[in-house]
Amino acid sequence: MLGFGADLLWADMNRLLAFLFHQGVLDEQFLQLQQLQDHTSPNFVSEVVNIYFHESEKLLNNLRSLLMEREFSDYKKIEIHLNQFIGSSSSIGAKRVTSVCIAFRAASEQDNRAGCLRALEMLEHEYCYLKNKLHELFQIEQQRALAAGVRYPMQHQ
Amino acid sequence: MASPQNFASKLTALVVDDHKIYQKVHQKMLNNFGVKSHVVENGKEAVDIHWHGKKFDLILMDMDMPIMNGIEATKELRAMGVCSTIVGVTSRSTEEEILKFMEAGLDDYQEKPLTIPKLTSILHKIINSNPI
Repeated sequence: MLGFGADLLWADMNRLLAFLFHQGVLDEQFLQLQQLQDHTSPNFVSEVVNIYFHESEKLLNNLRSLLMEREFSDYKKIEIHLNQFIGSSSSIGAKRVTSVCIAFRAASEQDNRAGCLRALEMLEHEYCYLKNKLHELFQIEQQRALAAGVRYPMQHQ
Repeated sequence: MASPQNFASKLTALVVDDHKIYQKVHQKMLNNFGVKSHVVENGKEAVDIHWHGKKFDLILMDMDMPIMNGIEATKELRAMGVCSTIVGVTSRSTEEEILKFMEAGLDDYQEKPLTIPKLTSILHKIINSNPI
C-alpha cells in the first residue's frame, strides 16, 4: 500500500515537472541540477534552490526600495541587481523569471521608470508563482522519499 | 545511470565566482567527475591562492566579481606565469566583452550556466593535452 503511495507520488512529481516545463516556468537547466543530485548530495537541488530563494528575496527588496525612492535615478544599480537576478534564475532553470528580468533590464536601459515598476510587479508575481510550485515539488519529493523508505521494511514481512 | 565519474580524478580545479549558486553547482559538477576543487569568491583571492603556491589544472573564472574581476585576475595570473587552463564563464555575452576576456589570457570561454557536456569536453581537452 505504501509502496503504491510512493509510486503515485512519483507520478505526481513527474506530472508537476512536465507541467512546469510545458508552461515555460522551468527549462533544461533544472534537469541539469537534478542530474547532479546523487547519494552523496541527496538534497542538492533543494539546497541550491533555497540559496536562490534567499538571494532573490534580497534582490527583489533592493529593486523595490530603489524604485520607490522619491528622487530615483540610479538605473545602473537596477541593472546590476537585474544581472545578478538573471544569472541566478538561469542557473536553476527559472525560465520565465529570467525572461521577465531581461524585459525589466530593457526598461531600465531606457531609463523608463514606469516600465520598470510594471516589470517589477510582473517579476514579483512570476517569482512568487515559481516559489510556490517549487515548494510543492519538494514537498511531494519528501513525501515520496518517506513513503519509499517505509516500504522497505514491509517487504520483509 | 552510468557516469563518467573519476576519469578526471587526478585533476584539480579552482572555481572563481562570487555567486553562491554557481560556486555550488560548478563545484558539484567537478566533484562528480572526481576533480578535486576549491572555491574562491573573487579574482584577488584567485591570485592570492596562487601566490601561496597552489596550482590547479583548471580555473573556471567568472567575469563580473567585486574587488578584482575575471579579466584583471586572468591578466595577473598569466603575468605570474600560471599555465593552467583558464576557462571564462559568464552570463554576459556581448562580443566586445567576450573579446576583452579572451584577450586577457583565457584558453576558452563558455556562457553560464556551464553544462555537464561542456565540462566533459573541457576536462577531456586538459587530459589529452597532458597525457600520463
